[in-house]
Amino acid sequence: MTSIIPEYRSAIPAAPELAVHCRGITKSYGVGASKVTALRGIDLDVKTGELLMLVGPSGCGKTTLISCIAGILDHDDGVCTVFGHDFKSMSQGQRTRLRGRTLGFVFQSFNLLPTLTAAENVAVPLLINGMTRRRAIAQAREILGHVGLGQRYTSLPKQLSGGQQQRVAIARALVHDPKIIVCDEPTSALDHETGHQVMEMLRSVAMRSGRSLVIVTHDARIFEFADRIAQMDDGIIQKVVDSPEELKN
Amino acid sequence: MNFIAIKMLVGDRAKYIGILIGLTFASLLITQQTAIFCGLMTRTFGAITDLGQPDIWVMDKKVQFIDDIKPMQDTELYRVRGVSGVQWAVPLYKGLIRARLDNGNFQTCNVIGLDDATLIGGPPKMVADSTGAIGRLEDLRRSEAVIVDEVGANDKLAKIPAGNGKPIPLKIGDTLELNDHRAVVVGLCQVSRTFQSQPVVYTTYSRATTFAPQERKLLSFVLVKAENGVDIQNLCNRITQTTGLGAFTRIQFVWKTVDYFMEYTGIPINFGISVALGFFVGTIIAGQTFYNFTLDNLKYFGTLKAMGADGPILLRMILIQAVLVGTIGYGLGVGLASLFGMVTAKTELAFWMPWQLLAISGFAVTIICIFSALLSIYKVMRLEPAIVFKT
Repeated sequence: MTSIIPEYRSAIPAAPELAVHCRGITKSYGVGASKVTALRGIDLDVKTGELLMLVGPSGCGKTTLISCIAGILDHDDGVCTVFGHDFKSMSQGQRTRLRGRTLGFVFQSFNLLPTLTAAENVAVPLLINGMTRRRAIAQAREILGHVGLGQRYTSLPKQLSGGQQQRVAIARALVHDPKIIVCDEPTSALDHETGHQVMEMLRSVAMRSGRSLVIVTHDARIFEFADRIAQMDDGIIQKVVDSPEELKN
Repeated sequence: MNFIAIKMLVGDRAKYIGILIGLTFASLLITQQTAIFCGLMTRTFGAITDLGQPDIWVMDKKVQFIDDIKPMQDTELYRVRGVSGVQWAVPLYKGLIRARLDNGNFQTCNVIGLDDATLIGGPPKMVADSTGAIGRLEDLRRSEAVIVDEVGANDKLAKIPAGNGKPIPLKIGDTLELNDHRAVVVGLCQVSRTFQSQPVVYTTYSRATTFAPQERKLLSFVLVKAENGVDIQNLCNRITQTTGLGAFTRIQFVWKTVDYFMEYTGIPINFGISVALGFFVGTIIAGQTFYNFTLDNLKYFGTLKAMGADGPILLRMILIQAVLVGTIGYGLGVGLASLFGMVTAKTELAFWMPWQLLAISGFAVTIICIFSALLSIYKVMRLEPAIVFKT
């Protein structure tokens, strides 16, 4: 497949073999009696070009873990690097800018800005990274074509179905050519068939050499799309498997 | 990101309009109430600014403002004329005299008596009466002659026909009864409205003193013109030193009058309360709506933050939104206030909107916007981008 990213190239360093490298990650919320430990020493590696799923019951720490990986939350202890960068050692501004160049996000409830058109929503990461509006919109339209929404770029989110909105969100996550895409429950708001289509799109469009996907989900119907599955419970990774069948065992 | 900020704001119609209403209301109320206050204040000193010729007003030292007449002896005029640097000095009578109307009612008039010889201090503009006739200032030299201001002639001094029909404006040739003395209208004039909206009647000094109730002293002011090259302030000081009277330049007398009204009347407080109310209500409406708008969009600000929008970008977005609503709200408010001024221009309402007032109003709206934006900025800057992972 040819690159769907025509012009814009992020300025991240050449990818090492590991996209994400976490050792001994802990994270707690609150203090004293109300203290809740969400991560209890996470060891996790995500390889470049890999689709890793984080699965587990609600409250097991999946979202906290991807928040730490994405530099959105600070972990308490341990080491976590993304392509060799340690978010924790950076200032807030540095990590925000690095996140803007390196990561793409797909959210459970899409988080599309309701007053922007599909193309404008997709253009947001490019605009954040300083591209001009005209170029950003042009590039957004092109990538919308790759996710099958070439004719809907002027539509507002409310004029699109759930599946179409998630495809816009995927286009937004891809448009600035990030090295890692973090997806939080990308199919939970969608019916089975649409969820399947979205996952197929993520696999076919988003996966390319050197790019990694980390998907948080508890939707067992999409496990088949994973290269590896990390099962979490109570703040720890219980096992990492290569197929859904192994997970059942 | 600027256009995204604008689309985020404008796209939420209800809140956008709510913020605009708050700012427009604040801007309108601040501008309109202050303009009415300024208009009222100009009426307090209109009689001074209407007299363009004299450089100096001389009066009893105890006079506090233009309508606070403390009559002097006529001989004071000659003492003032004797001060070196005085080119000319003329007497001016100013007093309230009752006019008896045809229907038996009385109307207090502001009677101004001009120097008989020169008629210095006459009305700034003569206008036509209802028949189209225009009088001349010199006509005051005719027997029993008076000139009446057109607003008074059309309203308070108008003749009431039998059966309470529509009032008939005074015209040239009509007669008045001023303190039991017959007066004949020889012209109508345009003058600045007085603070108490009384009709203004011009006549000669000698005739005015016959209209006035008998008093030992009748000279209200001495109007002075300085010789060419003479420093006005020095001349004021010399007149005061020589005669013991108060001598003020026109501007000083204007401010002396304004200061009196500011200090001894409730006008500034009343209008100040209205202006403050407009400011606070506008701040609350606009501030709260803007803050609510930000709260409603926190999820999206969090999304932008997660996607790499740093503090300065988000700060700029909020400031752009605040500047946009501030500019439109200010423009609408000032525009409505101007419209109000135009619509009420020919009524009793006092309204004067100098550019300084627009600057004050703009400053007030800026403060409201800064306050509103600060609340939102505080919220957004402290926002954890992890909010994006909460549904």
